[in-house]
Amino acid sequence: MQPFTTHTGTAAPLRRSAVDTDQIIPAEYLKRITRTGFEDGLFVAWRTNEPDFVLNRPEHAGASILVAGPDFGTGSSREHACWALLDGGFRVVISSRFADIFRNNSTKSGLLTVVLPQADVEALWAAVEAEPATPVTVDLQARTVTHGDTTVPFEIDDYTRWRLLEGLDDVGLTERHLADIEAHEARRPPWLPTALPA
Amino acid sequence: MPKTLAEKVYDAHVVRSAEGEPDLLYIDLHLVHEVTSPQAFDGLRAAGRPVRRPDLTMATEDHNVPTLDVLAPIADPVSRAQVEALRANAAEFGIRLAPMGDRDQGIVHVIGPQLGLTQPGMTIVCGDSHTSTHGAFGALAFGIGTSEVEHVLATQTLPQKRPRQMAVTVEGELPEGVSAKDVILAVIAQIGTNGAAGHVIEYRGSAIRALSMEARMTICNMSIEAGARAGMIAPDETTFAYLQGRPHAPQGADWDAAVEHWRSLHTDDGAVFDTEVVLHAADLAPFVTWGTNPGQGLPITGRVPDPAEFADDHERRAAEQALAYMGLTPGTPLREIEVDTVFLGSCTNGRIEDLRTAAELLRGRRIDPNTRMLVVPGSVGVKLQAEAEGLDRVFTEAGAEWRGAGCSMCLGMNPDQLAPGERSASTSNRNFQGRQGKGGRTHLVSPSVAAATALTGRLTAPADLTDAPATAGV
Repeated sequence: MQPFTTHTGTAAPLRRSAVDTDQIIPAEYLKRITRTGFEDGLFVAWRTNEPDFVLNRPEHAGASILVAGPDFGTGSSREHACWALLDGGFRVVISSRFADIFRNNSTKSGLLTVVLPQADVEALWAAVEAEPATPVTVDLQARTVTHGDTTVPFEIDDYTRWRLLEGLDDVGLTERHLADIEAHEARRPPWLPTALPA
Repeated sequence: MPKTLAEKVYDAHVVRSAEGEPDLLYIDLHLVHEVTSPQAFDGLRAAGRPVRRPDLTMATEDHNVPTLDVLAPIADPVSRAQVEALRANAAEFGIRLAPMGDRDQGIVHVIGPQLGLTQPGMTIVCGDSHTSTHGAFGALAFGIGTSEVEHVLATQTLPQKRPRQMAVTVEGELPEGVSAKDVILAVIAQIGTNGAAGHVIEYRGSAIRALSMEARMTICNMSIEAGARAGMIAPDETTFAYLQGRPHAPQGADWDAAVEHWRSLHTDDGAVFDTEVVLHAADLAPFVTWGTNPGQGLPITGRVPDPAEFADDHERRAAEQALAYMGLTPGTPLREIEVDTVFLGSCTNGRIEDLRTAAELLRGRRIDPNTRMLVVPGSVGVKLQAEAEGLDRVFTEAGAEWRGAGCSMCLGMNPDQLAPGERSASTSNRNFQGRQGKGGRTHLVSPSVAAATALTGRLTAPADLTDAPATAGV
């Protein structure tokens, strides 16, 4: 995946809570068998039905940082939600709380998910609504988000940060532990099923 | 040190643990379907990697499959291409596939238990969030994204962080007409759609222990709708009785050894949960959702809530948006909401007991002439069983449509969809905007509420039915 070190861009304020994966990309857009091209499904219902939807407003065109309400990414396990955001030009999503699977998927696909306290999210919303061209910098090295004179820290565990900074894929890392995997396989109880035709 | 059920299963699968790194967890069974796997197989091909354990991997076709003319080629070329990609990948990598038309085909979370592949104490993953279903057997089962699908295919392991532990305890006896679906909708309404984030839920208490395996699967299935990583129930005699004799269940001496081990899979006295939630079974009622997430639900005797009454800003705005989308007015009694379509099926409620429950209410009655009802068995196995019991005829004689197996109207990936503005009562798991089709409006319900609703054309509990079936007593 593409490494993430630091990113500066404009932000789109998405003032909605519990944005589920069916809103990020509906199921009918999951039929593609490639790993790119999912931007057509990104928030497609809201983009189509709500002229005033934040991503329809010209002042937020080109935003690369999405600032969302709490519980972003609830619902399905579709990594396509991360791909759609990346394909739609986003590198970062900021929220006070993410759904687990979405957040886990983001770390595998190179989309940075940043958890900030809701008060910091509100301040960021206010800043980019007042001045949509406000540059926002998300620095994974320093673990900070900066807009104007405001810099706030965010937490991310060292291991996930390292993987994102290096753009590492997990399979290669796991293959270093082949001996441990083989040792576990030798210990597995004999009654465990196989999927081979019974 | 005393451990929870989830901790026991987790610890038994740690391949490698190192300070500052995620644990590496061994995966006993990997279930695969057509939607979340093609890019994973592409990744293997690009890196020249084989599937490490094809014998621990099983694939089926479920999300895209039509439920009419199931033996004809899929008409939608994009759906067909996705299914054909799975067939090609399964053949190339040596994975067992239950394709459309096969007697083992069905929704991935229905066929695992049906075949006896789902067993206590296992780790089970699938690129699908409702993998939590398999936790009903005391397995640690969770949904993963496509990158993780590739990781499991390549290594049979996953990097994992140790989950937090939540106990949801339901004590007492469920009132007549209250089912597992109502229990889990009540849990989600109480803790919220991300209330169990970071946790594995263990469902405990006398009301849970009294449930059948299929009812337990309904509960565990919707753990993800509360944001949980997984949901589990300790295995017991009900579990063993369900498993014994299934095609992939252990036999002979292996069975005895397995059962002995399975009996150790329970939370020890003194084990600590990070979070505890308690519900009293006697307080529960048939539940329906009024909004656009599974936490926006109420007993069917309630009324559409007024957003102004929500103290929390986010909840109030979410309620306003939900009511606007759902076309509902605050204060409307839920039982006055008219529906166009009733959907009985899905990995939540598409098993034989669900069909029997609904058929019981429909037998000798006719559904409302302005309402259509789709009955979609969760698997070919469920379909054959239902037909052997004559349930298909009960449904068709009542005016419902009897379909082939698949995910069907749970999600808009196949021909079974709601039209814009169409309103459904659905036994599936998600009432998200557009989930059942663009502009469709979903009320989540139990199988018995679904059947009662089909009879009247508006949201109805079985106890509300006043007419006597034409062939009462039969």
